[in-house]
Amino acid sequence: MHQDVLKIGDFEFASRLFVGTGKYKTFELMREALAQSGCQVVTVAVRRERMVDSAGRNILDFLDTARYTLLPNTAGCFNAEDAVRTARLGRELLEGLGNPGARWVKLEVLGDRKTLLPDPLGTLEALKVLKVEGFCVLCYTSDDPVMACRLKEAGADSVMPAGSPIGSGQGVLNPWNIRIILEQLKENDGNYPIIVDAGVGTASDVTVAMELGADGVLLNTGIAGADDPVQMARAMRLAVEAGALARRAGRIPRKLYATASSPLDGVIGTKN
Amino acid sequence: MPSYQRRFLGYVMRIIVNGECTEHPDGINVAELLASLGLEPLRVAVELNGELIPRSRHRATTIAGNDRLEIVTLVGGG
Repeated sequence: MHQDVLKIGDFEFASRLFVGTGKYKTFELMREALAQSGCQVVTVAVRRERMVDSAGRNILDFLDTARYTLLPNTAGCFNAEDAVRTARLGRELLEGLGNPGARWVKLEVLGDRKTLLPDPLGTLEALKVLKVEGFCVLCYTSDDPVMACRLKEAGADSVMPAGSPIGSGQGVLNPWNIRIILEQLKENDGNYPIIVDAGVGTASDVTVAMELGADGVLLNTGIAGADDPVQMARAMRLAVEAGALARRAGRIPRKLYATASSPLDGVIGTKN
Repeated sequence: MPSYQRRFLGYVMRIIVNGECTEHPDGINVAELLASLGLEPLRVAVELNGELIPRSRHRATTIAGNDRLEIVTLVGGG
């Protein structure tokens, strides 16, 4: 069950929504959407400096690094070595900014360019190296419960199963696998954080994930690609709270047949 | 390709920065390279031949001909 605070490693957050900073039409729109989402963690990527003239704008001019904990990702890496190098570069960048995110990384090692599905072997290999180097590691993975267990056993500070492929907007395609992952990874370890990451399309997807028992949701395209990202960010904020509350409140069971909500006797016109 | 050439009064060296061949004065250090590229040291991170060079070592790290550098920054991402 949820505590009031989301804990990952030695990080603590009141908001269970993590939001990405990619794909926005403008930096200004990104800034407004992030603010409306109420998130405290934003993901960022690490890429070659394009070295255009100094009129080029930098995302750091639009991200309040005192307000947000930045979570650098290893997106775009297709092998463990690149992911480890990218994580180290991300740490160096965040140390330069004095942001607490210098201590952690969202590990992605991709297996395929079309599906952007994770490479389980590369992810495991990179995870082990990064743990030795002192990182707090949040592992992007598929909804395979066996792989999720292996990642936790190898020291992942959080396992982040995908609801569906990155940017696909299909929501949580296999809630049964997510439930299995939650049950198995939280056995005797109820506070182990599991965050559904990838594929979120709209607010109800976030609520579904939270009602299943996820500790948080990470999304990017669902907000950045919406017709009105600022409105959607607001919706996502409400969705994550609604889902967490509903989970804590304890839902009614699903039944095959009806159970009336109004009393059965005293209806007018009844013959005795 | 020769990595060093004599130009005018000093040598230049060819190095690879972010996958592109460029020329810089022979023997510059990482801090000087960043300055010549107009880059703010606190906003970039540098790898030299696959190894991260922390900010504290930028001035002490000299670059040689045919060295490969990656200079990266934060961008938007999910």
